[in-house]
Amino acid sequence: MIYKVISKAEFKRFIDALVRNNSSFGPRQVDSDFRGKALYQFLPVASFDDIALDYTATSSSAKHFFLPFREELSRFIFHDEDWEQQITYDANPIVLIGLRPCDISALNILDDVLLNGHYPSPYYLAKRKNTFVIGMDHLPLPDCFCKSMNHHIVSSGFNLFCSDIGEEYYLSINSSKAFNFLKEFDTRDPLDEENCRLAERRKLISNSFLTEIDVTGLPSILDIEFDSPVWEKWGNKCLNCGTCAMVCPSCYCYSVEESMETNLNGAVRQKKLYSCNLVDFAEVAGGHNFRPKNGDRLKYRYYHQHRGFAENDNQQICVGCNRCGRACLSDINPKNVINDLRMEKESCLTNVLSSPCRR
Amino acid sequence: MHKGTTFEKLKIASFDFTCCEGCQLQLANRESTLTDFLDLLDIRNFREISSEQHNDYDIALIEGSISRPDEVERLQAIRRQAKTLVAFGTCACFGGVNSLKNRFSLNELAVEVYPGMEVETGLVKKISEVVKVDLSIPGCPVNKEEVERIVVSLVTGSQVTLPKYPVCIECKAQINTCLFDLGEICLGPITRAGCNAVCTTGKTPCLGCRGPAEEINMAAFLELVKERGLSENDLREKLAFYNAFEGLYQP
Ligand code: SF4
Ligand code: SF4
Ligand code: SF4
Ligand code: SF4
Ligand code: SF4
Repeated sequence: MIYKVISKAEFKRFIDALVRNNSSFGPRQVDSDFRGKALYQFLPVASFDDIALDYTATSSSAKHFFLPFREELSRFIFHDEDWEQQITYDANPIVLIGLRPCDISALNILDDVLLNGHYPSPYYLAKRKNTFVIGMDHLPLPDCFCKSMNHHIVSSGFNLFCSDIGEEYYLSINSSKAFNFLKEFDTRDPLDEENCRLAERRKLISNSFLTEIDVTGLPSILDIEFDSPVWEKWGNKCLNCGTCAMVCPSCYCYSVEESMETNLNGAVRQKKLYSCNLVDFAEVAGGHNFRPKNGDRLKYRYYHQHRGFAENDNQQICVGCNRCGRACLSDINPKNVINDLRMEKESCLTNVLSSPCRR
Repeated sequence: MHKGTTFEKLKIASFDFTCCEGCQLQLANRESTLTDFLDLLDIRNFREISSEQHNDYDIALIEGSISRPDEVERLQAIRRQAKTLVAFGTCACFGGVNSLKNRFSLNELAVEVYPGMEVETGLVKKISEVVKVDLSIPGCPVNKEEVERIVVSLVTGSQVTLPKYPVCIECKAQINTCLFDLGEICLGPITRAGCNAVCTTGKTPCLGCRGPAEEINMAAFLELVKERGLSENDLREKLAFYNAFEGLYQP
């Protein structure tokens, strides 16, 4: 990693040049909600001024740049006595600007699952390799809990990370590409005083979290509370709509569909992002559903997010962005569900300790 | 073409009942694949495409709802001929917009709509209230892409499926702003996907034309509308619009 400092005016010139010369995406305001709050999404940007640099958080994550909601995996062509399969992993290079530390952490988690496992995904790899990621720090929103997940700071997974230290940005340069881009712009080595300002900025960010979730021992609590009534309580509210997984930066589940073309001369195999909350997620051939109840499906989402599966060494995959909580129409969010589980566990401890009351 | 097997065209007929014929019109839509699509069909009877009429079809697409005694007889005759009877479009599947009629007295309606005329009219019924339906393709209008997919499945003998999950999935895949965030009521969370969320992508709330998704959580849905302090009238209007949620809530 190389560290540099760039003035905000020069930063603007740098980003503007980058954006004008590359297919780029960054946060833009798309709407104001009924309370007047601005809503943002990662969308195409054509100049520096298109980018809402002071944005809060996007409603949907940046995951779909790497795992598109719908993706063609292969194409089959039938001819005469034979057929052939065509597969392409092409990905056009893009620049992605403004990712938060939690968003980049989520990419690192996806890397773990999709690249470092037994079956690396060439589709994901092509997109990941061809995406130039620029991170930006920010002060947390009241409901962000990435600090609890230890993802409020990120040290890899990006090309360039920008910390706002007042009149300048403190740049962490993590790729030769980023270094070469920046050569043509006016940057300099950080002064001691600027290193101090970076430390202060980090401290300020770290101290600004209003939401904390106690995740100590969470995996074992989840195991203990496998049959907890908490799942039924929240499951009863769940609409099975899959919104949480769609907006989540680290959910990666998908379904695969094969369909013949209308001319019957070919077929396509497509992948669609899916969610373990959907009613037929665990349905198998013959119609048996391993998770027929809302609560069971919700539980599995929390299991995967907060306890982890073997494919990435039982690591939690939730980064604490709370996009799922913000987007859930039924107000189901990690904070409330996990706190309930904790209370449930504590109350069962109290029940064991207190003597039975007499009437 | 060698696919290890040969495929036969579907002997198909299409009939319209009480409706706007918009779903039948969709069959002629999507020009890019139209000739390929028509190649899969042996059209025996279809007023909008051909004047030839034969009664030796296997598959009957039924468009529209049933609102007159003569329609009942016609439909029953089609049922006797068809091996597969398809409720085609929202009117056929659920009654559709026509069902609004059932809220008023039939006499009053006849006088209002056809003043001074003698008309025979009854309550609006969906197709399954009159004859057995083998396959339902919902949508107001139907989604041609989905129809094509289903026709290809029928030709190739593979399983015909509709998405079981709700519209929200398709809406989120287009990174739309949720209309609830804009203070509106949207039926997306309880409605069957498959339309690619066309309404919400155009910033219009879903009115549920594709009917309920599989195992919807109506109680939770009604509760969230209430908790958000949204208009109960608006909710009931939307739920009743296509008659697609009949029996799933207290009107
Ligand atoms: S938790 Fe919320 S967002 Fe997720 S499926 Fe259930 S209702 Fe939808
Ligand atoms: S939480 Fe559910 S949808 Fe998300 S990755 Fe895990 S199993 Fe898939
Ligand atoms: S589970 Fe929720 S809070 Fe955690 S990463 Fe996904 S969207 Fe963010
Ligand atoms: S706008 Fe409607 S369909 Fe889209 S996410 Fe919101 S409730 Fe679901
Ligand atoms: S969004 Fe709703 S109303 Fe619109 S086409 Fe789809 S199912 Fe029908």
